[in-house]
Amino acid sequence: MAWDRNQMAARAAQELQDGMYVNLGIGIPTLVANYIPEGVQVTLQSENGMLGIGPFPTENEVDADLINAGKQTVTALPHTAYFDSAESFAMIRGGKINMAILGAMEVAENGDIANWMIPGKLVKGMGGAMDLVAGVSRVIVVMDHTNKAGESKVLKACTLPLTAQGVVKRIISNLGVLDVVEGGLKIVECADGVTEDDIRTATEATIVS
Amino acid sequence: MKKVYGSAHEALEGLLFDGMTIAAGGFGLCGIPELLIDAIREAGTKDITVASNNCGVDDFGLGVLLKTRQIKKMMSSYVGENAEFMRQYLSGELELEFNPQGTLAERMRAGGAGIPGFYTKTGVGTVIAEGKEHKEFGGETYILERGIFADLSIVKAWKADTTGNAIFRKTARNFNPPAAKCGKVCVLEVEEIVEPGTLDPDAIHLPGIYVHRLIQGQHEKRIEQRTVRAA
Repeated sequence: MAWDRNQMAARAAQELQDGMYVNLGIGIPTLVANYIPEGVQVTLQSENGMLGIGPFPTENEVDADLINAGKQTVTALPHTAYFDSAESFAMIRGGKINMAILGAMEVAENGDIANWMIPGKLVKGMGGAMDLVAGVSRVIVVMDHTNKAGESKVLKACTLPLTAQGVVKRIISNLGVLDVVEGGLKIVECADGVTEDDIRTATEATIVS
Repeated sequence: MKKVYGSAHEALEGLLFDGMTIAAGGFGLCGIPELLIDAIREAGTKDITVASNNCGVDDFGLGVLLKTRQIKKMMSSYVGENAEFMRQYLSGELELEFNPQGTLAERMRAGGAGIPGFYTKTGVGTVIAEGKEHKEFGGETYILERGIFADLSIVKAWKADTTGNAIFRKTARNFNPPAAKCGKVCVLEVEEIVEPGTLDPDAIHLPGIYVHRLIQGQHEKRIEQRTVRAA
């Protein structure tokens, strides 16, 4: 038993607070938008130059000039604002975005994150990931706890090229929620049917109590 | 002062040379200067260094200049949509300089603003920081990134008046304003050229001072990921 993709997204959505400006990464983080709690108004930022991302368009609403950072067609909201890429990253680098929720290949117990490159495999580029994790005050990673081979993605030290050092504050995995604290990771919450021992077994990083 | 030209080919007259550096606007296939890219393909200019967030797809956008082997080097943040790019890169025919997306945008903005370098936290402790000057400010480490000074900017806007004052539409603005500003010469393509006084001066996104030549034309505006919901 563990959380599925949608349950992980729903759990991540609980991190959102009213009034926040938030950047959601590609993959499971994008699903977080479907679970924003009632009464909480958050404004989603797309780093290609938009604050206030609306839902996918209907066939009639599709507009080639209106896409998100994943290059998917989207719509605008009444409070939407558009701006250029330099302005977009000025607000990211300048610490104006309250939270970034993104995926990762590896996270280390000191908050290091690797999510852009696997040596020897095709390298597509970091896009805006390095800017986001360096500039946003609260970085939350949503990812599976282990890879397809069953190896932990929550490590003492990252083995892949880093996206940034010491930036991750919280990990939400299919097994539960862990915080980066002094000396290692602290288990905050276990997923349904998952025990702390299950998390310890699946975690290479140091777990402190 | 004549800024309006009859075609992309005419607007690029005398501006292209082998080994030049071009800054191009656009994000994915959104807001790309598709008419100017096509005219550069026809001109056959070689060994071009292109600063652009992406490199189009195999048969559209900057991808067409890859196919014709006109690009020597790309300065980009993400190139995942292009199989020919990967083939040329892995075989060593194409140089690639990865830039974090915000660093690339700011390098263009800085170049256009006459700023040769700036410090940023982005990339500290990663391969991006290798070989770059590190400096501490307030106990935090930053790296030095350089402004981009291009020979030519090619950008796309929605509308412009005949003096080059331009407005963009929705997220098609993206890299176009910073790319426009960092070139010695900027050529702008728009969907519609209007008379001065038509656009609200309070709503101009790119003042005409940055625009040297201007063309109007039909745009395909291809969509990369058409995602829809039920009506």
